[in-house]
Amino acid sequence: MTDIRLRRPTGRKSTEIMVHLFKRLGYNIAVDTASASVHVLDDVAYEAVSLYGKMSDEELIVAVAAKCGVTAADAAECLSNIRELVDAGTLFSEDRFRPDVSVLAKRDPVVKALCLHVAHTCNLDCDYCFASQGKYHGERALMSLDVGKRAIDFLIENSGSRHNLEVDFFGGEPLMNFGVVKDIVAYAREREKECGKHFRFTLTTNGMLVDDDVIEFSDREMDNVVMSLDGRKEVNDRFRKTAGGVGSFDIIVPKFQKFAEARGEKEYYIRGTFTHYNPDFMKDIDTMLGLGFTRLSMEPVVASPDSPCALTEDDKLVVMEQYELLAKRMIEMRRKGTPFVFYHYMLDLEHGPCIYKRISGCGSGTEYMAVTPTGELYPCHQFVGEERFRMGDIFGGVSEEGKKIRDEFRRCNAYSKPECDGCWARLYCSGGCAANAWHAAGDVNGVYSYGCDLFRCRMECALAVKASEVLDEAE
Amino acid sequence: MKRIISLNLNTSRKDGGCGECQTSCQSACKTSVANQKCEKSAK
Repeated sequence: MTDIRLRRPTGRKSTEIMVHLFKRLGYNIAVDTASASVHVLDDVAYEAVSLYGKMSDEELIVAVAAKCGVTAADAAECLSNIRELVDAGTLFSEDRFRPDVSVLAKRDPVVKALCLHVAHTCNLDCDYCFASQGKYHGERALMSLDVGKRAIDFLIENSGSRHNLEVDFFGGEPLMNFGVVKDIVAYAREREKECGKHFRFTLTTNGMLVDDDVIEFSDREMDNVVMSLDGRKEVNDRFRKTAGGVGSFDIIVPKFQKFAEARGEKEYYIRGTFTHYNPDFMKDIDTMLGLGFTRLSMEPVVASPDSPCALTEDDKLVVMEQYELLAKRMIEMRRKGTPFVFYHYMLDLEHGPCIYKRISGCGSGTEYMAVTPTGELYPCHQFVGEERFRMGDIFGGVSEEGKKIRDEFRRCNAYSKPECDGCWARLYCSGGCAANAWHAAGDVNGVYSYGCDLFRCRMECALAVKASEVLDEAE
Repeated sequence: MKRIISLNLNTSRKDGGCGECQTSCQSACKTSVANQKCEKSAK
Protein backbone atom coordinates (compact mmCIF):
# COMPACT_ATOMS: atom_id res chain seq x y z
CA MET A 1 0.00 0.00 0.00
CA THR A 2 1.41 3.38 -0.92
CA ASP A 3 0.27 6.95 -1.42
CA ILE A 4 1.93 8.87 -4.23
CA ARG A 5 1.85 12.60 -3.63
CA LEU A 6 2.98 15.10 -6.22
CA ARG A 7 2.74 18.86 -6.08
CA ARG A 8 2.43 20.69 -9.34
CA PRO A 9 3.23 24.42 -9.35
CA THR A 10 0.37 26.45 -10.84
CA GLY A 11 1.00 30.18 -10.56
CA ARG A 12 1.60 31.30 -7.00
CA LYS A 13 0.27 28.17 -5.32
CA SER A 14 0.95 24.52 -5.92
CA THR A 15 -1.98 22.13 -6.21
CA GLU A 16 -2.32 18.76 -4.57
CA ILE A 17 -2.11 15.50 -6.48
CA MET A 18 -2.50 12.16 -4.77
CA VAL A 19 -2.94 8.59 -5.95
CA HIS A 20 -3.55 5.81 -3.43
CA LEU A 21 -2.19 2.45 -4.57
CA PHE A 22 -3.07 -0.72 -2.71
CA LYS A 23 -3.52 -4.48 -3.04
CA ARG A 24 -6.58 -6.22 -1.57
CA LEU A 25 -8.06 -9.66 -2.21
CA GLY A 26 -5.78 -10.19 -5.19
CA TYR A 27 -6.62 -6.89 -6.90
CA ASN A 28 -4.17 -4.04 -7.57
CA ILE A 29 -6.13 -0.79 -7.25
CA ALA A 30 -5.32 2.88 -7.80
CA VAL A 31 -7.60 5.59 -6.40
CA ASP A 32 -7.13 9.04 -7.87
CA THR A 33 -8.04 11.10 -4.83
CA ALA A 34 -9.20 14.30 -6.52
CA SER A 35 -11.33 12.82 -9.30
CA ALA A 36 -12.41 9.79 -7.20
CA SER A 37 -11.60 7.64 -10.23
CA VAL A 38 -10.78 4.03 -9.45
CA HIS A 39 -8.58 1.85 -11.67
CA VAL A 40 -7.73 -1.85 -11.45
CA LEU A 41 -4.16 -2.52 -12.58
CA ASP A 42 -2.17 -5.56 -13.58
CA ASP A 43 1.27 -6.01 -11.99
CA VAL A 44 3.06 -4.08 -14.75
CA ALA A 45 0.72 -1.10 -14.53
CA TYR A 46 0.89 -1.19 -10.72
CA GLU A 47 4.68 -0.91 -10.88
CA ALA A 48 4.53 1.83 -13.52
CA VAL A 49 2.00 3.92 -11.58
CA SER A 50 4.06 3.55 -8.41
CA LEU A 51 7.09 5.05 -10.21
CA TYR A 52 5.21 7.69 -12.23
CA GLY A 53 6.44 11.24 -11.64
CA LYS A 54 9.51 10.08 -9.74
CA MET A 55 11.85 9.66 -12.75
CA SER A 56 12.15 10.28 -16.47
CA ASP A 57 10.06 8.24 -18.92
CA GLU A 58 13.16 6.40 -20.13
CA GLU A 59 14.18 5.46 -16.59
CA LEU A 60 10.63 4.34 -15.77
CA ILE A 61 10.46 2.10 -18.84
CA VAL A 62 13.79 0.45 -17.98
CA ALA A 63 12.80 -0.01 -14.32
CA VAL A 64 9.38 -1.51 -15.11
CA ALA A 65 10.76 -3.83 -17.79
CA ALA A 66 13.45 -5.10 -15.42
CA LYS A 67 11.17 -5.52 -12.40
CA CYS A 68 8.24 -7.14 -14.22
CA GLY A 69 10.09 -9.17 -16.85
CA VAL A 70 8.41 -7.48 -19.82
CA THR A 71 9.91 -5.89 -22.92
CA ALA A 72 10.71 -2.19 -23.07
CA ALA A 73 8.00 -1.87 -25.73
CA ASP A 74 5.42 -3.36 -23.32
CA ALA A 75 6.52 -1.01 -20.54
CA ALA A 76 6.36 1.95 -22.93
CA GLU A 77 2.84 0.99 -24.02
CA CYS A 78 1.78 0.78 -20.37
CA LEU A 79 3.22 4.25 -19.75
CA SER A 80 1.25 5.49 -22.74
CA ASN A 81 -1.97 4.07 -21.18
CA ILE A 82 -1.18 5.90 -17.95
CA ARG A 83 -0.64 9.15 -19.86
CA GLU A 84 -4.06 8.79 -21.51
CA LEU A 85 -5.67 8.63 -18.06
CA VAL A 86 -3.61 11.58 -16.84
CA ASP A 87 -4.70 13.61 -19.88
CA ALA A 88 -8.33 12.58 -19.26
CA GLY A 89 -8.06 13.89 -15.68
CA THR A 90 -8.71 10.54 -14.02
CA LEU A 91 -5.20 9.74 -12.75
CA PHE A 92 -2.74 12.09 -11.04
CA SER A 93 -5.38 14.79 -11.34
CA GLU A 94 -5.13 18.08 -9.51
CA ASP A 95 -7.35 18.79 -6.52
CA ARG A 96 -9.05 22.08 -7.40
CA PHE A 97 -11.95 21.72 -5.00
CA ARG A 98 -10.67 23.65 -1.99
CA PRO A 99 -12.23 26.94 -3.21
CA ASP A 100 -15.62 25.19 -3.37
CA VAL A 101 -15.66 25.16 0.44
CA SER A 102 -16.25 28.91 0.51
CA VAL A 103 -18.96 28.57 -2.16
CA LEU A 104 -20.81 26.15 0.12
CA ALA A 105 -20.33 28.39 3.16
CA LYS A 106 -22.11 31.28 1.43
CA ARG A 107 -25.26 29.31 0.65
CA ASP A 108 -28.42 30.07 2.59
CA PRO A 109 -28.92 27.45 5.29
CA VAL A 110 -31.70 24.98 4.60
CA VAL A 111 -32.91 22.03 6.66
CA LYS A 112 -33.83 18.89 4.75
CA ALA A 113 -33.79 16.13 7.36
CA LEU A 114 -34.81 15.67 10.97
CA CYS A 115 -34.18 12.87 13.42
CA LEU A 116 -37.35 12.84 15.53
CA HIS A 117 -36.79 11.50 19.03
CA VAL A 118 -40.36 10.37 19.54
CA ALA A 119 -39.46 8.43 22.69
CA HIS A 120 -36.81 9.17 25.27
CA THR A 121 -37.52 5.86 26.90
CA CYS A 122 -36.76 2.28 26.02
CA ASN A 123 -37.95 -1.25 26.78
CA LEU A 124 -34.37 -2.52 26.67
CA ASP A 125 -31.51 -1.61 28.98
CA CYS A 126 -28.43 -1.92 26.78
CA ASP A 127 -25.28 -1.03 28.75
CA TYR A 128 -23.43 0.30 25.69
CA CYS A 129 -26.20 2.63 24.47
CA PHE A 130 -24.93 6.15 23.75
CA ALA A 131 -28.45 7.33 24.61
CA SER A 132 -28.20 6.02 28.20
CA GLN A 133 -31.15 3.65 28.05
CA GLY A 134 -32.89 6.01 25.67
CA LYS A 135 -33.11 8.93 28.11
CA TYR A 136 -30.10 10.89 26.82
CA HIS A 137 -29.06 11.77 30.38
CA GLY A 138 -32.47 13.40 30.97
CA GLU A 139 -35.94 12.35 32.03
CA ARG A 140 -38.12 9.76 30.32
CA ALA A 141 -40.37 11.48 27.78
CA LEU A 142 -42.63 10.81 24.82
CA MET A 143 -43.13 13.28 21.98
CA SER A 144 -46.68 14.61 21.73
CA LEU A 145 -48.49 14.81 18.40
CA ASP A 146 -48.47 18.62 18.66
CA VAL A 147 -44.66 18.66 18.89
CA GLY A 148 -44.44 16.14 16.05
CA LYS A 149 -46.67 18.23 13.79
CA ARG A 150 -44.71 21.37 14.61
CA ALA A 151 -41.48 19.52 13.73
CA ILE A 152 -42.92 18.67 10.30
CA ASP A 153 -43.95 22.31 9.82
CA PHE A 154 -40.51 23.50 10.96
CA LEU A 155 -38.87 21.21 8.40
CA ILE A 156 -41.08 22.42 5.56
CA GLU A 157 -40.64 26.10 6.53
CA ASN A 158 -36.85 25.79 6.61
CA SER A 159 -36.36 23.55 3.58
CA GLY A 160 -36.14 26.28 0.96
CA SER A 161 -36.41 24.83 -2.53
CA ARG A 162 -35.56 21.27 -1.45
CA HIS A 163 -38.14 18.77 -2.70
CA ASN A 164 -36.98 15.61 -0.89
CA LEU A 165 -37.28 15.83 2.90
CA GLU A 166 -36.40 13.08 5.36
CA VAL A 167 -37.58 12.14 8.82
CA ASP A 168 -36.11 9.35 10.93
CA PHE A 169 -38.16 8.04 13.85
CA PHE A 170 -35.65 7.41 16.57
CA GLY A 171 -35.31 7.11 20.32
CA GLY A 172 -35.05 5.45 22.75
CA GLU A 173 -37.47 3.02 21.20
CA PRO A 174 -39.81 4.82 18.79
CA LEU A 175 -42.38 2.02 18.81
CA MET A 176 -43.14 2.92 22.44
CA ASN A 177 -44.89 5.92 20.87
CA PHE A 178 -46.16 4.21 17.72
CA GLY A 179 -49.56 5.95 17.70
CA VAL A 180 -47.86 9.33 17.44
CA VAL A 181 -45.49 8.01 14.75
CA LYS A 182 -48.49 7.03 12.63
CA ASP A 183 -50.21 10.37 13.19
CA ILE A 184 -47.06 12.36 12.35
CA VAL A 185 -46.68 10.42 9.09
CA ALA A 186 -50.34 11.06 8.22
CA TYR A 187 -49.88 14.78 8.91
CA ALA A 188 -46.71 14.93 6.79
CA ARG A 189 -48.51 13.19 3.91
CA GLU A 190 -51.21 15.89 4.04
CA ARG A 191 -48.64 18.68 4.12
CA GLU A 192 -46.49 17.28 1.32
CA LYS A 193 -49.39 17.54 -1.12
CA GLU A 194 -49.97 21.20 -0.20
CA CYS A 195 -46.30 22.14 -0.32
CA GLY A 196 -44.96 20.15 -3.26
CA LYS A 197 -42.54 18.25 -1.04
CA HIS A 198 -41.76 14.54 -0.79
CA PHE A 199 -41.16 12.93 2.61
CA ARG A 200 -39.01 9.84 3.08
CA PHE A 201 -39.36 8.11 6.43
CA THR A 202 -37.04 5.78 8.31
CA LEU A 203 -37.73 3.78 11.47
CA THR A 204 -35.00 2.52 13.80
CA THR A 205 -36.24 -0.16 16.22
CA ASN A 206 -35.02 -2.72 18.74
CA GLY A 207 -37.81 -5.03 17.58
CA MET A 208 -39.48 -5.74 20.92
CA LEU A 209 -42.82 -4.20 19.89
CA VAL A 210 -42.84 -5.21 16.23
CA ASP A 211 -46.20 -6.76 15.32
CA ASP A 212 -48.37 -7.13 12.21
CA ASP A 213 -49.64 -3.55 12.54
CA VAL A 214 -46.08 -2.15 12.66
CA ILE A 215 -45.01 -4.31 9.71
CA GLU A 216 -47.99 -3.36 7.56
CA PHE A 217 -47.67 0.34 8.37
CA SER A 218 -43.90 0.35 7.76
CA ASP A 219 -44.27 -1.44 4.44
CA ARG A 220 -46.61 1.29 3.34
CA GLU A 221 -44.82 4.33 4.74
CA MET A 222 -41.19 3.64 5.65
CA ASP A 223 -38.53 3.97 2.97
CA ASN A 224 -36.07 2.21 5.25
CA VAL A 225 -36.29 0.23 8.47
CA VAL A 226 -33.23 -0.26 10.68
CA MET A 227 -33.53 -3.29 12.98
CA SER A 228 -31.05 -3.60 15.84
CA LEU A 229 -29.56 -7.07 16.34
CA ASP A 230 -25.94 -7.73 17.31
CA GLY A 231 -25.55 -11.19 15.80
CA ARG A 232 -24.83 -14.31 17.85
CA LYS A 233 -27.33 -14.93 20.65
CA GLU A 234 -24.69 -14.68 23.39
CA VAL A 235 -23.27 -11.49 21.83
CA ASN A 236 -26.69 -9.87 21.39
CA ASP A 237 -27.91 -10.82 24.85
CA ARG A 238 -24.76 -9.59 26.60
CA PHE A 239 -25.96 -6.01 26.10
CA ARG A 240 -29.39 -6.05 24.47
CA LYS A 241 -31.56 -7.12 27.37
CA THR A 242 -34.57 -5.91 29.32
CA ALA A 243 -34.31 -4.05 32.62
CA GLY A 244 -35.02 -7.43 34.22
CA GLY A 245 -31.97 -8.90 32.51
CA VAL A 246 -33.77 -11.00 29.89
CA GLY A 247 -31.92 -11.21 26.57
CA SER A 248 -33.83 -9.97 23.53
CA PHE A 249 -32.52 -12.41 20.89
CA ASP A 250 -35.27 -15.04 21.11
CA ILE A 251 -37.97 -12.35 21.20
CA ILE A 252 -36.81 -10.15 18.32
CA VAL A 253 -35.37 -12.61 15.79
CA PRO A 254 -38.72 -14.14 14.70
CA LYS A 255 -40.23 -10.64 14.52
CA PHE A 256 -37.32 -9.33 12.42
CA GLN A 257 -37.49 -12.36 10.11
CA LYS A 258 -41.16 -11.65 9.44
CA PHE A 259 -40.46 -7.91 9.08
CA ALA A 260 -37.56 -8.43 6.65
CA GLU A 261 -39.54 -10.87 4.53
CA ALA A 262 -42.44 -8.43 4.33
CA ARG A 263 -40.13 -5.64 3.15
CA GLY A 264 -39.75 -7.37 -0.22
CA GLU A 265 -37.79 -5.02 -2.46
CA LYS A 266 -37.99 -2.14 0.03
CA GLU A 267 -34.94 -1.21 2.03
CA TYR A 268 -34.15 -2.57 5.47
CA TYR A 269 -30.95 -3.15 7.42
CA ILE A 270 -30.16 -5.53 10.25
CA ARG A 271 -27.84 -3.27 12.20
CA GLY A 272 -25.43 -4.65 14.78
CA THR A 273 -22.88 -3.11 17.11
CA PHE A 274 -19.52 -4.73 17.76
CA THR A 275 -17.55 -4.02 20.92
CA HIS A 276 -14.39 -5.15 22.71
CA TYR A 277 -16.28 -8.37 23.48
CA ASN A 278 -16.83 -9.30 19.82
CA PRO A 279 -14.22 -7.71 17.54
CA ASP A 280 -14.50 -11.03 15.62
CA PHE A 281 -17.81 -9.77 14.24
CA MET A 282 -17.69 -11.92 11.11
CA LYS A 283 -19.22 -14.67 13.26
CA ASP A 284 -22.12 -12.31 13.93
CA ILE A 285 -22.48 -11.55 10.23
CA ASP A 286 -22.61 -15.31 9.62
CA THR A 287 -25.33 -15.62 12.25
CA MET A 288 -27.36 -12.91 10.52
CA LEU A 289 -26.94 -14.61 7.16
CA GLY A 290 -27.91 -17.95 8.69
CA LEU A 291 -31.13 -16.38 9.97
CA GLY A 292 -32.00 -15.36 6.41
CA PHE A 293 -31.13 -11.65 6.58
CA THR A 294 -29.45 -10.25 3.47
CA ARG A 295 -29.10 -6.51 4.18
CA LEU A 296 -26.59 -6.00 6.95
CA SER A 297 -24.74 -3.27 8.80
CA MET A 298 -22.24 -3.81 11.60
CA GLU A 299 -20.86 -0.76 13.41
CA PRO A 300 -18.15 -0.08 15.98
CA VAL A 301 -19.46 0.82 19.43
CA VAL A 302 -19.55 4.48 20.47
CA ALA A 303 -18.08 4.45 23.98
CA SER A 304 -15.71 6.43 26.16
CA PRO A 305 -12.17 4.99 26.13
CA ASP A 306 -12.46 3.86 29.77
CA SER A 307 -15.61 1.81 29.12
CA PRO A 308 -15.05 -1.96 29.34
CA CYS A 309 -16.79 -2.38 25.97
CA ALA A 310 -14.60 0.20 24.16
CA LEU A 311 -12.49 -1.12 21.30
CA THR A 312 -8.75 -1.30 22.06
CA GLU A 313 -5.67 -0.98 19.86
CA ASP A 314 -5.34 -4.77 19.90
CA ASP A 315 -8.95 -5.07 18.73
CA LYS A 316 -8.22 -2.87 15.72
CA LEU A 317 -6.18 -5.52 13.91
CA VAL A 318 -8.88 -8.13 14.57
CA VAL A 319 -11.57 -5.78 13.25
CA MET A 320 -9.59 -5.00 10.10
CA GLU A 321 -9.14 -8.71 9.47
CA GLN A 322 -12.92 -9.12 9.80
CA TYR A 323 -13.54 -6.41 7.20
CA GLU A 324 -11.38 -8.33 4.75
CA LEU A 325 -13.05 -11.66 5.58
CA LEU A 326 -16.40 -9.96 5.05
CA ALA A 327 -15.35 -8.68 1.62
CA LYS A 328 -14.25 -12.19 0.65
CA ARG A 329 -17.57 -13.62 1.86
CA MET A 330 -19.53 -11.06 -0.18
CA ILE A 331 -17.63 -11.92 -3.35
CA GLU A 332 -17.93 -15.65 -2.72
CA MET A 333 -21.69 -15.54 -2.08
CA ARG A 334 -22.36 -13.26 -5.04
CA ARG A 335 -20.55 -15.71 -7.30
CA LYS A 336 -22.69 -18.53 -5.86
CA GLY A 337 -25.85 -16.60 -6.72
CA THR A 338 -26.75 -15.80 -3.09
CA PRO A 339 -25.60 -12.19 -2.72
CA PHE A 340 -26.00 -10.06 0.39
CA VAL A 341 -25.55 -6.38 1.11
CA PHE A 342 -23.18 -4.84 3.66
CA TYR A 343 -24.00 -1.17 4.11
CA HIS A 344 -20.44 0.17 4.08
CA TYR A 345 -19.49 -1.78 0.97
CA MET A 346 -22.31 -0.39 -1.15
CA LEU A 347 -20.38 2.04 -3.31
CA ASP A 348 -21.92 3.46 -6.44
CA LEU A 349 -18.99 4.53 -8.59
CA GLU A 350 -21.21 5.75 -11.43
CA HIS A 351 -23.83 7.64 -9.46
CA GLY A 352 -22.06 8.45 -6.23
CA PRO A 353 -22.24 11.78 -4.43
CA CYS A 354 -21.14 14.99 -6.16
CA ILE A 355 -18.16 17.00 -4.95
CA TYR A 356 -20.36 19.42 -2.99
CA LYS A 357 -21.89 16.56 -1.00
CA ARG A 358 -18.46 15.01 -0.47
CA ILE A 359 -17.11 18.25 0.95
CA SER A 360 -20.06 18.95 3.23
CA GLY A 361 -20.67 15.41 4.53
CA CYS A 362 -23.68 14.21 6.48
CA GLY A 363 -25.04 17.72 7.06
CA SER A 364 -25.29 17.46 10.85
CA GLY A 365 -25.98 20.82 12.47
CA THR A 366 -26.80 22.41 9.13
CA GLU A 367 -29.24 20.51 6.92
CA TYR A 368 -29.81 17.70 9.41
CA MET A 369 -30.87 18.13 13.04
CA ALA A 370 -32.31 16.09 15.89
CA VAL A 371 -35.51 17.06 17.70
CA THR A 372 -36.12 16.00 21.31
CA PRO A 373 -39.56 14.96 22.61
CA THR A 374 -40.11 18.53 23.82
CA GLY A 375 -38.96 20.13 20.55
CA GLU A 376 -35.39 21.17 21.31
CA LEU A 377 -32.94 21.15 18.40
CA TYR A 378 -29.48 19.54 18.42
CA PRO A 379 -26.95 19.04 15.58
CA CYS A 380 -27.70 15.30 15.43
CA HIS A 381 -28.93 12.42 17.57
CA GLN A 382 -25.47 11.86 19.06
CA PHE A 383 -25.38 15.39 20.52
CA VAL A 384 -28.80 15.26 22.16
CA GLY A 385 -28.52 16.00 25.88
CA GLU A 386 -25.22 17.88 25.49
CA GLU A 387 -26.35 21.36 26.59
CA ARG A 388 -23.40 23.04 24.89
CA PHE A 389 -24.89 21.94 21.54
CA ARG A 390 -28.49 22.99 22.03
CA MET A 391 -29.43 25.01 18.94
CA GLY A 392 -32.87 26.35 19.83
CA ASP A 393 -36.23 24.70 19.33
CA ILE A 394 -38.84 24.04 16.67
CA PHE A 395 -41.13 26.76 18.06
CA GLY A 396 -38.71 29.69 18.11
CA GLY A 397 -36.32 28.34 15.48
CA VAL A 398 -32.53 28.27 15.56
CA SER A 399 -31.36 30.60 18.35
CA GLU A 400 -28.50 33.12 18.11
CA GLU A 401 -26.32 30.59 19.94
CA GLY A 402 -27.65 27.92 17.58
CA LYS A 403 -26.53 29.96 14.58
CA LYS A 404 -22.99 30.01 15.99
CA ILE A 405 -23.16 26.23 16.41
CA ARG A 406 -24.48 25.90 12.85
CA ASP A 407 -21.54 27.96 11.58
CA GLU A 408 -19.17 25.78 13.61
CA PHE A 409 -20.59 22.66 11.95
CA ARG A 410 -20.58 24.28 8.54
CA ARG A 411 -16.86 24.86 8.92
CA CYS A 412 -16.33 21.12 9.50
CA ASN A 413 -15.49 19.51 6.20
CA ALA A 414 -12.99 17.45 4.27
CA TYR A 415 -10.72 20.47 3.80
CA SER A 416 -10.93 22.04 7.24
CA LYS A 417 -8.91 19.52 9.21
CA PRO A 418 -5.10 19.50 8.89
CA GLU A 419 -5.10 15.79 9.79
CA CYS A 420 -7.10 15.06 6.62
CA ASP A 421 -4.71 16.85 4.26
CA GLY A 422 -2.68 13.76 3.48
CA CYS A 423 -5.55 11.28 3.53
CA TRP A 424 -6.64 9.61 0.29
CA ALA A 425 -10.11 8.82 1.69
CA ARG A 426 -11.18 12.31 2.74
CA LEU A 427 -13.66 12.73 -0.10
CA TYR A 428 -15.34 9.48 0.95
CA CYS A 429 -15.71 10.30 4.66
CA SER A 430 -15.99 14.10 4.25
CA GLY A 431 -13.71 14.66 7.20
CA GLY A 432 -15.46 12.15 9.44
CA CYS A 433 -18.27 12.21 11.96
CA ALA A 434 -18.46 15.39 14.07
CA ALA A 435 -19.83 13.47 17.06
CA ASN A 436 -16.99 10.96 16.95
CA ALA A 437 -14.52 13.85 16.73
CA TRP A 438 -16.18 15.61 19.66
CA HIS A 439 -16.02 12.50 21.84
CA ALA A 440 -12.45 11.62 20.81
CA ALA A 441 -10.79 15.03 20.49
CA GLY A 442 -13.15 17.39 22.33
CA ASP A 443 -13.62 19.37 19.12
CA VAL A 444 -16.12 18.82 16.32
CA ASN A 445 -13.39 19.92 13.94
CA GLY A 446 -10.99 17.31 15.31
CA VAL A 447 -10.57 13.75 14.13
CA TYR A 448 -11.21 10.33 15.64
CA SER A 449 -8.07 8.65 14.33
CA TYR A 450 -9.10 5.13 15.39
CA GLY A 451 -12.26 5.53 13.31
CA CYS A 452 -10.16 6.87 10.41
CA ASP A 453 -8.07 3.68 10.38
CA LEU A 454 -11.20 1.52 10.30
CA PHE A 455 -12.77 3.71 7.61
CA ARG A 456 -9.77 3.47 5.28
CA CYS A 457 -9.70 -0.30 5.73
CA ARG A 458 -13.44 -0.50 4.96
CA MET A 459 -13.01 1.64 1.86
CA GLU A 460 -10.19 -0.50 0.48
CA CYS A 461 -12.31 -3.62 1.03
CA ALA A 462 -15.35 -1.94 -0.53
CA LEU A 463 -13.33 -0.97 -3.61
CA ALA A 464 -11.99 -4.53 -3.91
CA VAL A 465 -15.57 -5.86 -3.78
CA LYS A 466 -16.49 -3.36 -6.49
CA ALA A 467 -13.50 -4.40 -8.60
CA SER A 468 -14.59 -8.04 -8.37
CA GLU A 469 -18.10 -7.14 -9.57
CA VAL A 470 -16.91 -5.13 -12.55
CA LEU A 471 -14.24 -7.63 -13.62
CA ASP A 472 -16.57 -10.63 -13.21
CA GLU A 473 -19.13 -8.89 -15.39
CA ALA A 474 -16.50 -8.13 -18.04
CA GLU A 475 -15.44 -11.79 -18.29
CA MET B 1 -3.43 -6.23 -23.70
CA LYS B 2 -5.47 -4.18 -21.26
CA ARG B 3 -3.34 -3.47 -18.23
CA ILE B 4 -5.66 -0.88 -16.66
CA ILE B 5 -9.43 -1.17 -16.22
CA SER B 6 -11.25 1.94 -15.02
CA LEU B 7 -14.21 1.22 -12.76
CA ASN B 8 -16.02 4.52 -13.14
CA LEU B 9 -15.77 14.47 -9.51
CA ASN B 10 -14.76 17.21 -11.93
CA THR B 11 -17.92 16.43 -13.89
CA SER B 12 -19.99 16.61 -10.72
CA ARG B 13 -18.55 20.03 -9.99
CA LYS B 14 -20.48 21.32 -13.01
CA ASP B 15 -23.74 19.43 -12.54
CA GLY B 16 -23.81 18.68 -8.79
CA GLY B 17 -24.91 20.52 -5.68
CA CYS B 18 -28.69 20.27 -6.00
CA GLY B 19 -28.96 19.00 -2.41
CA GLU B 20 -31.73 16.51 -3.14
CA CYS B 21 -29.75 13.39 -2.25
CA GLN B 22 -30.66 11.42 0.83
CA THR B 23 -29.06 12.53 4.07
CA SER B 24 -26.64 9.77 5.02
CA CYS B 25 -27.87 9.54 8.58
CA GLN B 26 -31.21 8.34 7.27
CA SER B 27 -29.54 5.09 6.34
CA ALA B 28 -28.13 2.29 8.40
CA CYS B 29 -25.23 3.19 10.59
CA LYS B 30 -26.31 6.13 12.78
CA THR B 31 -22.83 6.31 14.28
CA SER B 32 -20.15 6.56 11.60
CA VAL B 33 -20.95 9.94 2.21
CA ALA B 34 -19.25 6.98 0.56
CA ASN B 35 -22.50 5.05 0.25
CA GLN B 36 -24.56 7.94 -1.04
CA LYS B 37 -26.20 8.07 -4.42
CA CYS B 38 -26.73 11.15 -6.55
CA GLU B 39 -30.42 11.10 -7.40
CA LYS B 40 -30.04 13.33 -10.42
CA SER B 41 -27.21 11.28 -11.92
CA ALA B 42 -28.99 7.97 -11.29
CA LYS B 43 -32.12 9.03 -13.19
